[in-house]
Amino acid sequence: MKFRGKIIDVACLNHFTRVITTISKLTKMCVLRLTPDNLFFVLSGKVANGGVSMWCELSQANFFDEYQMEGVSSEDNEICLEVTPENLSRALKTVQNAKAVKVKLTKKHCPCLTIAAELPTLSSVSRVVTHDVPVDVIPRRLWHEFKEPNMPDFDVSIYLPPLKTMKNIVDRMKNLSNFLVIEANLNGEMNLKIETDLVSVTTHFKDLGNPPWGDDASQDGGASQSRDPEAMVEARVDIRRLQQFLMGQQVNPSKAMCNIVHQRVVHLILLHEDVSLQYFIPAVA
Amino acid sequence: MDCVVTGGNVKVLAKAIHSLSRIGDELYVEPQEDALALRSVNSSRSAYACFLFAPLFFSRYTIPSGHAFRCKMAIKSVQAVFRSLASLEKTVEKCHIELDKQKSRLTFTLHCKHGLLKTHNLSFQDSESLQAVFDKDSCANVFRAQPRLLVDTVVHFPPSLEEVTVAVSDERMWVRNHVDEEAEQSKAMLTELCLASDEFDHFAVGAHNSITFCLKELRGLLVFAESTGLPISMYFDEPGSPVVLSVTDSVLEGDFVLATLSDDPNHRKNNSRRAHTPPPPPPDDFMNDDIDAYLIAMDTSIAPGPSATGPPTPSLARSTFSKQPAAANHKTRIHSEEEEEEEEDEKTDLDRPPNKKFCSLFFGSVLPSSSQMSTQPVTSQEVLASDSEDDT
Repeated sequence: MKFRGKIIDVACLNHFTRVITTISKLTKMCVLRLTPDNLFFVLSGKVANGGVSMWCELSQANFFDEYQMEGVSSEDNEICLEVTPENLSRALKTVQNAKAVKVKLTKKHCPCLTIAAELPTLSSVSRVVTHDVPVDVIPRRLWHEFKEPNMPDFDVSIYLPPLKTMKNIVDRMKNLSNFLVIEANLNGEMNLKIETDLVSVTTHFKDLGNPPWGDDASQDGGASQSRDPEAMVEARVDIRRLQQFLMGQQVNPSKAMCNIVHQRVVHLILLHEDVSLQYFIPAVA
Repeated sequence: MDCVVTGGNVKVLAKAIHSLSRIGDELYVEPQEDALALRSVNSSRSAYACFLFAPLFFSRYTIPSGHAFRCKMAIKSVQAVFRSLASLEKTVEKCHIELDKQKSRLTFTLHCKHGLLKTHNLSFQDSESLQAVFDKDSCANVFRAQPRLLVDTVVHFPPSLEEVTVAVSDERMWVRNHVDEEAEQSKAMLTELCLASDEFDHFAVGAHNSITFCLKELRGLLVFAESTGLPISMYFDEPGSPVVLSVTDSVLEGDFVLATLSDDPNHRKNNSRRAHTPPPPPPDDFMNDDIDAYLIAMDTSIAPGPSATGPPTPSLARSTFSKQPAAANHKTRIHSEEEEEEEEDEKTDLDRPPNKKFCSLFFGSVLPSSSQMSTQPVTSQEVLASDSEDDT
């Protein structure tokens, strides 16, 4: 099992660092899956993290100038590691001005992802800094827990309003209630609602637009076409999960959308040029 | 005592006080004939700092006559006098420090623009003499560098990091975070930085030592040096004797003395035995290292999946493009078992000191190291930094 990648381009390094920093804001620990073409950061929905799950996919060619990996075996040409993304983020943040950054799977006192950077100096010899981030290797028998999640059979799919706007609203709503209702319809309308004994607050968004797949990608083709475009579907979620998701976003995605399965789950999808992030927040009663 | 500090020196004095505040809660003031000494020490007496300001630093310098005067006061009160550095620079023309023995207080008067006077009366207590015992000239290892170098080094370590280990060889200095033996070693992130001798203004290594000290307490000095642009000198010797970092110019001298973790005395005996074999020079070929050099003996992941039929080892053998024969992996595992046995034997002879063990674990490559490491084929693995002790 081997992995070695090298990033030389400073913009790629910066982008990679930002992706990992975003992940680190979403979860303390997650699984990193390495395949010959991609890197995946996976959080599988468990009771411990409130049922939230995450799937982040990066195409390695967009970040690494060199990328070599060899998985557990030739049939299972993949590496699965449990990592603490904050450590990776911290290590990468300090080497933004490096001439080259290598990420390698190594074995020091335990399996580690070693981030080794060559820093520019005034002297003839480059300064080398290494960060050994301990990881846990996930045995093959557990790999099934970290498969790409299926697109849920959603009822409504809608584009999100600007994330910054959403974050500001959710931040303020969090002071009033622990739960927030997200509702949307096929007419490009979305509402964020909170309701307590004393007060209820709703923020309305209009003309958001619905992604085209809303009609044919839904597995339940017939039913969604007959859905009344004005009819709202909703899901009530833990507001902290939504806030956590919004807080971590550092870059505006090219596309941001939300799929809602009525009273079941909110599926948030962010697409950047070379990174896609999916986040599932289960609905609570 | 009657001293006046003018112009830019007020800011320098303020900065010195702020950096002393990073060490301890009390400021010890001792006006002497040759200099005004401002000192601080931490509660565990493991860090001490002293700034000496020569009479030329002041526009007026008069010390109390008669017996030596010493006092101490809460450093926060003194910091409050020099609170905003930015405004100090812009508005304060001079600072007058006067001693009122009868009322047991030091009066700091800031003469500001537009005739504004800010007077602070700070009470003091009589104090014992505070003087750390150290001798810079007797230290085996002496370095001097521009503050930028050390600041850039320290930035790689998290602000919360307590202890850092500095190891030197003839041409290199390694700085890495120190992980407590008792703490969960396997989960700690390890950071290491290697500095070349030509990045320093002066680099004299007398002994290939490695010392561990608290980084937090040093940051005060780094801030001071960076803002005044003064180069920092570093002196250290054996682990256990303090490390001294100092800045000097013609009118002031600042010394930060930090205790270092000491080694087991048996360890030093061990060291002298191995001193005959010099450590291999750390490879400089960072950019040329080969993926083939990194073979990992993974135990857990090779649990056979439903489709696999054979035992674990064949999957290792399949790594065909590795330069090392796959058998090497297997061999190294056997060796590691042997190693462990040998380590046990060693244990019966001397008390294996925890510090030393940690050092060798960190600098070693794939397997827990011992002095038998050099016979392993796996040493072709690139080690970015060799053990500063002669422990290959």
